[in-house]
Amino acid sequence: MNRAWGNFAQRRKGATVSSIVRPGLVSFAVSLFLCVFDAPLREVAAQTQTQAPPPPPSPVVPTWSPVELIESLGVSHGFAEYVVLPAIQFAVLLAAILTAVAYLVYLERKVAAFIQARLGPMRVGPVGLLQPLADGLKLLAKEDLVPQGADRLVFLFAPVIAITAALGLLVLVPFGAAWGTVTDINIGLLFLLAVASVGVFGIVLAGWASNSKYALMGAMRSSAQLVSYEVAVGMALIGPLLFARSLSMQEIVEAQRFTGLWFVVLQPLAFAIYFIGSLAETNRAPFDLPEAESELVAGFHVEYSGFRWAIFFMAEYTNIIITSAIAVTVFLGGWSFPGLETAVSWIAGTDPSTPLYSVVFTLATLGVFTVKVALLIYVVMWIRWTLPRYRYDQLMDLGWKWLIPVSLANILITALAFLLAMRPDQGGVFGLLEVTKNGLWIGWTGTAWFIAVNIATFTVAAWLLKKLNRTSWTTDIDALRRAEAQKRAGRLATATERGAR
Amino acid sequence: MSSDAPNASEHVFEHTEMLLNMGPQHPSTHGVLRVLLKLDGETVVDLDCDIGYLHRGVEKICEHDTYPMITPYFDRLDYVAAINGDLVYVEAVERLMGVEVPRKAQYLRVILAELQRITSHLLWLATHALDIGAATIFLYTFREREEILKIIENFIGARLTTHAFRIGGFEWDANPEFERDVRAFLDMFPGRIDEYETILSENRIWLARTVGIGVLSAENAIDIGLTGPVLRASGVKYDVRRAAPYSTYPEFDFEIPIGETGDTYDRYLVRMQEMRQSIRIVQQALDGLPEGDVMAARVPRVIKPPAGEVFHTNESPKGEIGVYLVSDGTNTPYRLRVRPPCFVNLQALKQLAIGHLMADVVALIGTVDIVLGEVDR
Repeated sequence: MNRAWGNFAQRRKGATVSSIVRPGLVSFAVSLFLCVFDAPLREVAAQTQTQAPPPPPSPVVPTWSPVELIESLGVSHGFAEYVVLPAIQFAVLLAAILTAVAYLVYLERKVAAFIQARLGPMRVGPVGLLQPLADGLKLLAKEDLVPQGADRLVFLFAPVIAITAALGLLVLVPFGAAWGTVTDINIGLLFLLAVASVGVFGIVLAGWASNSKYALMGAMRSSAQLVSYEVAVGMALIGPLLFARSLSMQEIVEAQRFTGLWFVVLQPLAFAIYFIGSLAETNRAPFDLPEAESELVAGFHVEYSGFRWAIFFMAEYTNIIITSAIAVTVFLGGWSFPGLETAVSWIAGTDPSTPLYSVVFTLATLGVFTVKVALLIYVVMWIRWTLPRYRYDQLMDLGWKWLIPVSLANILITALAFLLAMRPDQGGVFGLLEVTKNGLWIGWTGTAWFIAVNIATFTVAAWLLKKLNRTSWTTDIDALRRAEAQKRAGRLATATERGAR
Repeated sequence: MSSDAPNASEHVFEHTEMLLNMGPQHPSTHGVLRVLLKLDGETVVDLDCDIGYLHRGVEKICEHDTYPMITPYFDRLDYVAAINGDLVYVEAVERLMGVEVPRKAQYLRVILAELQRITSHLLWLATHALDIGAATIFLYTFREREEILKIIENFIGARLTTHAFRIGGFEWDANPEFERDVRAFLDMFPGRIDEYETILSENRIWLARTVGIGVLSAENAIDIGLTGPVLRASGVKYDVRRAAPYSTYPEFDFEIPIGETGDTYDRYLVRMQEMRQSIRIVQQALDGLPEGDVMAARVPRVIKPPAGEVFHTNESPKGEIGVYLVSDGTNTPYRLRVRPPCFVNLQALKQLAIGHLMADVVALIGTVDIVLGEVDR
């Protein structure tokens, strides 16, 4: 039983060799080229220099903060800023997110129902609105079973890891401007990704401790899946980070505000990779293999009951919220929206230092962020109820042979285009964008340049994928059949060979 | 569990292999099938089916029941295609007695049998797609299946275990709205099949999950004794409705769809085509529905077929269902034996699955289309 993951590593190795090494070699060659021909390129650039339009001033940010209000109650500034306000914020956030999770489940059931030509929950409360409450109460009342032979301590502790990793991330998500966010650290995005990957321990330990083969297989699939897709997701985020020039979540949003462009325009391919990867990271269909109902019954949490099961469920939906929130922050402009400042000034005037302005602005940004995240989550649900499920080896193929090469190509081409577009005195060639002290300024020429580059990237990516995936790219059914027969023969040969040894 | 059932100790395991017990309580084994998988990682190295969890001894019970009392047992063999089960039994008894069934009754039987074939294929599509992870199509097919079940309920009085026919014809004529309802369904249904095909037929994931999975050559399929769509998908044009015509099937114009390579995708395409062909048959039967009685005139009150034996086969949605009936002249059969298509088709599972991954096993159980009521009897 302990050997269940026998050939996972092997299968993955087979997939990686050609797909990882080749783009890597190409990128190495290109960087070598740039190092050698750096000086001549600059000279060429100095002659072709054009003058970019002057960048606009930095967008307004409200300066008043509730810290002042707390201070007026007689609390010292440091205590108010670093203890009282974050505590209030986190309490509100926790309550809001747990409610949101409960209602996401309700929403999921409603969306599924509407897609499937039925009504969904209708009985508990008006249009079933109290259904999450009833579900929660039911789960609380259930017996907390621990299977015979389970590793009791780990079994009981695993859901705690899952939910802690999920909820701990919330402090860094930029839900709104200024005090709409709990905290903002300069390695925000890195921290988010790092802590998010701790969540997989909850899943692996749950599967291991359950003493069930189905749970074990679910856990194994899940860990392999999360590890594989984290690479693609991480690399997809590098593209927009080139433009944001910061890992801080707030600064990523500010960068998009300052540029006036959402990074999805500059990095559509990275957004696609991130979105697909995040579906896999959160175990959503079509990548819901770890809990594939029809194969593994329920996967890693098959032995869990009652509220411990509910905790896994909550962790899963919290993770959906967080990955969607990261997508919104990095690609879709976060809490910013064109014309938001104007709309706020109609209500609260134009002075950003007044408390009224601060409150209205922050609430407005919270609203914008919520709507954006909700729309993205709707797409996630929509996909779940439309597509069939990938198989394990196909999932690995998609991760290692499609997403990772494309994300590598994307980084390479974007970085190159970025370098070329910078001003000569800042180390570039064409001078289509400018690094100012407020952030990166991209004029309309720069935007046009990057859109052209994106079209080129799509072409290159398509070419690369076609080269890498000769068999699975095709739409010729007979070719697919031959490929599948070959795979089957290969698997049988491996199994027989291992048996003989 | 009986002593000859498969169990782990009979198998020799390498250090990289493990035994996975799939079922009888598992969402994808379509009832109470137990599959023992020998897995190397996720690759299926060996496979055994353990059946009998739904064994009720129907054949033995039938030896103690009078002929009309047996029909409901046939509802409960393939319980998702009860009418096809009824039909083969009723026709076997009629053949033994030499009863001539009126043509109107024959036409109505064909209509009902073909509608039931559609419901059976719809249920297959629903569960098969659900096993592969496409949850939504399940509800779509059940929406259409419900329409047919309503038609059947209005005519027969029951939805699933119908007990549709009497020996010699029908108890009652069709309800007045029958023809209108069926025509309404026929108008609506082809568009709905297109809808299913839009969701699945060219979906990349669906292709990846079905194309090349569980390939079965024609020779192999014949050797195992497969019948029905599973055989036809391997390229063998064998359909009892054409090969050994019964009822009024020779009067209808329809095609027998066949596949090329016998993989899961071919079996999917064949069944989708069969639904379209069933519509054609129902259409023709409805257009040419004769007038007259629905019950043969000279069926005695107490049915005592003359001593003798008969083997009668029909094309059920799952394959060739046969009834072997021995009469000793009394009012109960001396012996009744059912040739169940599901039982025979299930034997192909091992050949289909070895070398594929564990996730494919559920797809393959789905594609063979078994009903445990018929496998176990």
